[in-house]
Amino acid sequence: MTEFSFWDILRNLLLAARWTVLLSLVSFVGGGVVGAALLFLRIGGRRWMRLLSRGYIQLFQGTPLLMQLFLAFFGLGLFGIDVPAWLAACVALILWTAAFLAEIWRGCVESIAKGQWEASASLGMGYLQQMRYVILPQALKVAVPPTVGFSVQVVKGTALTSIIGFVELSKAGSIVTNATFQPFTVYGLVALIYFALCWPLSKSSQLLERKLNVAHRNH
Amino acid sequence: MTYHFDFGWLIDYVPVLLKGIRITMQLSLIGAVFGVALGIACAWVRALGPRWLKPVVATYVELIRNTPFLIQLFFIFFGLPSLGIKMSELTAANLAMIVNLGAYSCEIIRAGIQATPRGQFEAGASLAMTPFQAFWYVVLVPALQRIWPALSSQIVIVMLGSAVVSQIAAEDLTFAANFIQSRNFRAFETYIVSTLIYLALAILLRQLLAGLGWMLFPRKASR
Repeated sequence: MTEFSFWDILRNLLLAARWTVLLSLVSFVGGGVVGAALLFLRIGGRRWMRLLSRGYIQLFQGTPLLMQLFLAFFGLGLFGIDVPAWLAACVALILWTAAFLAEIWRGCVESIAKGQWEASASLGMGYLQQMRYVILPQALKVAVPPTVGFSVQVVKGTALTSIIGFVELSKAGSIVTNATFQPFTVYGLVALIYFALCWPLSKSSQLLERKLNVAHRNH
Repeated sequence: MTYHFDFGWLIDYVPVLLKGIRITMQLSLIGAVFGVALGIACAWVRALGPRWLKPVVATYVELIRNTPFLIQLFFIFFGLPSLGIKMSELTAANLAMIVNLGAYSCEIIRAGIQATPRGQFEAGASLAMTPFQAFWYVVLVPALQRIWPALSSQIVIVMLGSAVVSQIAAEDLTFAANFIQSRNFRAFETYIVSTLIYLALAILLRQLLAGLGWMLFPRKASR
């Protein structure tokens, strides 16, 4: 039987962690794009758009991410698409991230005083112009800390894709455990690698919050 | 597309689903009660506790909040036995949920405590309360009242997160769904139905918690 050194374990886990990072980036960027679209539907426009967007957000926030992954994995297959685990993982995580980001950003847009909408309307701006020139530039500043904070949830969310068979950090942890019979060391290391990915994000979210709040108070 | 949806056969599996629902609810209930209790204890340490204990609690909170629940679960169920600590799937699942919610609720409750004016402690002290009594009777209740919505959301999130305990063979709702799926390969119908059950459970739990908050804190918070 092959012996595994501590270094072998760590190296294999770090190699797999690249996929965690990549998947997180894809989900976060894709989720941001879809989330922005949802946001526009959610706060403006017609009633049915608002209802649709609200229903979407409720559905994705009110069900486990794991179930969404299963549905993407098995559901897309029904349409005759051959679904590799990475595709199901990306689709489910993007849709899930979008729901949360849309809701976070809605809070930020709603924190902008109503007078700003009215003032820009009185200048004859349309809805999109109001958003583009008046509301979003202000809301963006409020949105940065919670958005960075949510990225931690995305990184942690990618761990679930191991269950449908995508080989990232968590799955690598299970595989390495099965090979080495050292679950304590392996899962401890896996946890530490996740921590190393997430903690800087949490911290910077807190720092940004403090910094932007100070800026806010000086107005 | 040639797939034909068929939900009729699910009738045979209603008892399996019901058992899964029962276990998911049971896990969530125990997790919520002990998790929030742990959160209150940790929030007390961070606000008023002995100096040496503060960094311990801070480390615990940061570690849990920055690692996935799945890994915490695996660490408890697969990792701890190497230290001679063995437990059943359900115990491990519950322990993971309590530890997880404990860290999050600590932060939420701490935010509520920080929003409480310092004068409240002093007012308590002037009534000859010990710091602990002032914390318990004067500070904690308004703090809980203030953060109740955030705490409720976190409890719902933990309930939904509990879906992954199926991975250590705890027989919750997801485990039931996987079992049914493995019997008849009708994956899509099975998971759609269990997803909708989760949605219903989440809505129900949110209503229950709102009702509980309304019962526990009948008066509006004075701001």
